[in-house]
Order: sequence, then C-alpha cells, then structure tokens
Amino acid sequence: MSVKQLPKWNEMAIGGVIANPGNSLEYKTGDWKVLMPVIDQEKCTRCRICWYVCPDSAILELDKSYITKKGRTYKVTYDVNYDFCKGCGMCAQECPVKAIDMVPVEVA
Amino acid sequence: MEELKTRRPIPLSTNYAIAYAARDLDVDVVSAYPITPQTTVVEKVSEFVANGELDAAFIHVESEHSALSAAIAAALTGARAFTATASQGLALMHEMLHIASGLRAPVVMSVAMRSLSAPISIWNDQSDIFNARDAGWVIMFVHTAQEAYDTVIQAYRIAEDPSVLLPVMVAYDGYVMSHTTEPVVVEGRESVMKFAPKRQYPYRLDPDRPVTIGAIVPPEYYYEIKYQQVKAMEGALPKVDEVDREFGKAFGRSYGVMECYMCEGAEALIMANASYAATLKSLLPDAWKQGYKVGLLRLRLYRPFPLRQFVEYTSNVKSLLVVDRSISYGAPYQGPLANEIAGAKLKEDLGFNLISVVAGIGQRTMENEDFIALARLAWEGRTRKFPETVFYGVRE
Repeated sequence: MSVKQLPKWNEMAIGGVIANPGNSLEYKTGDWKVLMPVIDQEKCTRCRICWYVCPDSAILELDKSYITKKGRTYKVTYDVNYDFCKGCGMCAQECPVKAIDMVPVEVA
Repeated sequence: MEELKTRRPIPLSTNYAIAYAARDLDVDVVSAYPITPQTTVVEKVSEFVANGELDAAFIHVESEHSALSAAIAAALTGARAFTATASQGLALMHEMLHIASGLRAPVVMSVAMRSLSAPISIWNDQSDIFNARDAGWVIMFVHTAQEAYDTVIQAYRIAEDPSVLLPVMVAYDGYVMSHTTEPVVVEGRESVMKFAPKRQYPYRLDPDRPVTIGAIVPPEYYYEIKYQQVKAMEGALPKVDEVDREFGKAFGRSYGVMECYMCEGAEALIMANASYAATLKSLLPDAWKQGYKVGLLRLRLYRPFPLRQFVEYTSNVKSLLVVDRSISYGAPYQGPLANEIAGAKLKEDLGFNLISVVAGIGQRTMENEDFIALARLAWEGRTRKFPETVFYGVRE
C-alpha cells in the first residue's frame, strides 16, 4: 500500500494511541522474510514440534486430513501462515524428520 | 464579608504561590524530587497533603526522570498531575519531556529556572528552560508571585483542553523570584475549581476500554503523529489568550500572551522575561528621565510564540534589544532568544535593528545602573548596528 493511502494526521488518534485493541493482526509482519518454510506433507509425521517452537504462532494446525502415497492417513495437516511467518527457520531446524525446507522467497 | 476576607493578599514566595495553586487546583498526583531552588514548592505541597488540605497521592521518587515518568502515567490514567523542578532536574527529565508531549499528557510543571553544571552553580539563569524549548511543551514565563499562582491555574485549563492536550511549563527565576516574598491573592479551592474543572485525558487507561499508549510507530505513521503536535501547538496560541481573558473576567487579573510596557512613544524596546521584566518595569521611568525612550516587551508565552503580537509591538520601533540569560554556544547570535527573533524579523520583514545581549549568566548581579545601561544600548541601537552578541558584564 502506498503511504499516501494511509490515514491523514487528523484521521489518527492523538499521541499514537491505539484505541482498537487487537489490531496487531492487521499488521502483517511476514513480509520481512527472505527464506520461507515449505512443509513436505509426505515426510511430515505430525509430531507438532514446529507448532510448538514457532515464535510467531505462524504454524497452523489444520483440521484437514491427508493420505500419503503409501496410504497412511493423518487427521491433521500442518501449514504456514505466511502473513506472520518471519522466516526464522526454527521449524526447519527442529523438525526431526527434515520435512521442512527453507526456500528463497521470490520477489515479484 | 467572607469573600473579601479570602481575597486579601497574603505574603508568599513564588514557590509557595505555586504550591497554593496546586492545592486550589485539587491536583490528584504530585511526584517530585527535591532540587534547589524548586524544593520549597513540593515541600509546601507535601505539607498540604500531610495536613489534609489536599487529597493527593504524593509520590516520593528517586530522580527527576522518575518524577516526570510518574506524572505522565498519572495524567494518562485520568488524574490531574503536577510536578516541579529546576536545572539539573529538568535536564535529567529531558527524555521524558518529549514523551509527555508526544503522548499528549496534560501535565503541568513549574520550573524555578537555574543555571546548568559544569561548573556547578546553584544560582539563577535560564539555561535549563532554553535547553528544553524544543520538547513540545507549552512554555510560559511569569514575572510576579501572583502571576505564578494565576498562571498555574490557567496552565491546567490550557493543558487539559481537548483541543490542546499538551503539557505546560510555568517558568520563573530561581531565588530572585522563587525565594522572594510578595503579596499574593489566593482565590481558594471553590472558585479555582469552578474556573478550571478537571477534564481527563480522552484515552485514559481504563480496563473497561482498553487502549495501547506508547506503542512503537513505524515510519509510515510517526511523521503524522508529530505533525499532530505541530497543529496542537498552533491551536494552543489562541487558547492561551482565551483562557487568560476568561481568567480576567473571573478574578480581575489578566496578562496577555505578550506585554508591552511603556511602549507608547518608545522608539526602542527591550525584550525580557520573568524577574528582568519586573525589574525593568520599575527602572524604565528612570531611563526615560535620562532620555532613553525605551519600552519593555515582556515575553510571557514563549511556546507557542505569539508572533502576531510580536509584529504588532515591534513594527514601529527602531531597535529591539533581546536579553538572553542562556547561551547557544556557536550559534549565529549566541543568545538563543535573539537567534529566534532574528528569524521572526526576517519572516515578517521587520525593520528594527536587533541587539543580542547575554547577561545574568549564573546569576551575575545586574544592578539598577546595569539595566539603565541596557536601555542606553537599546537606544543607541536605533542608529547603530550590533552585529555580534554583547556579553554584558563579562570580564575581558
């Protein structure tokens, strides 16, 4: 978004006060990242370690089943909320089965 | 009869006059750290709290940085907060000065102006306040104990006004005023609170209406929030004038934002504030007798600067002598106020000759004849240029 489209000085609360609680969700911090985690659903054993270690709660535990090529059925699927993932790589580092790859973000 | 009795003047130092104002304003929180020559302000306030005349939380803090931090926080919870300081204390507050104005906390602080170390000097000059001038506070200079009492009352009306919401400093000379006793009419709680009822910070901390105060602000927003302060300061100018006029209606005393004394027929002016303005008022008649038709331009409101009034008073004089009691080392004019006046002169295309004088540094005594000498210098300035700042009275 262009800076010019943001609120004017007299459209903002004085003193930088934030009067609408919880609005940090509107501030997408994910565009900082250089590397993005990509989860290989075939390798993932659903151990949940990535979900635990993510400092930004950007690992999503989706209520979505997945059947591997070998026929194993998982009830949940792990995904990444790229709006808030900063690309720190902790999930990839900690994954015991190396199911997470850090791949360069393509800049448009 | 009762009314008459309460309106009789009582002898008070400027420090005590300010403490009485805080009492009559029913301040809720006082946080302060003792520093000469301000100490007796908060000593007196603590007495009022101790003897039950004032129902306030008196916070004993470990430094001036904490004193102002606590006052800001108190103001943001919706309390009426007061603090007082001077010199090194004001310098130690410097970081919090910007935070008070940036968060738009309507804190009122009295400053008994004093020189800054090093070398250590406990005496008066105005180095402390001129170092704080760009911190976004409304700054008012007073020249009598009565005006100090009255201006602290006006200050809360200004600070807490929803169109302003800026912190206000009320400044006066250390010792020369802070410890000098004068007759002061003390109006009392009832009439003062009628004039200055409490108006709270609109986003005050309240668990039922959660807000975030003091969040980090990225480059896309910071500039606009600082520009809000620019506009608030512009808006404060007519508000100060309006509050002063209303004060005049309520109590019979008003001061204006800038005062021109003995200006009728004057060809030269001396711009001075606080005690120097008071002294000049008593000495200018002597100067006129000696042939120096010099008026006094008393700076009362300093931030925001009352430029319209300044132009009105100076557009027909031949010279303007600006007395600074602080030094802006290495500046084009080394008196900080003179430097600004040079800017105003250029901006408004004013024709007077500007004379920058530094005097009274570290409370170097200015005798009566020294003030007459300033009048003579202002008078000479009508026909003679003074390109450099005059360091009056320095041994060289």
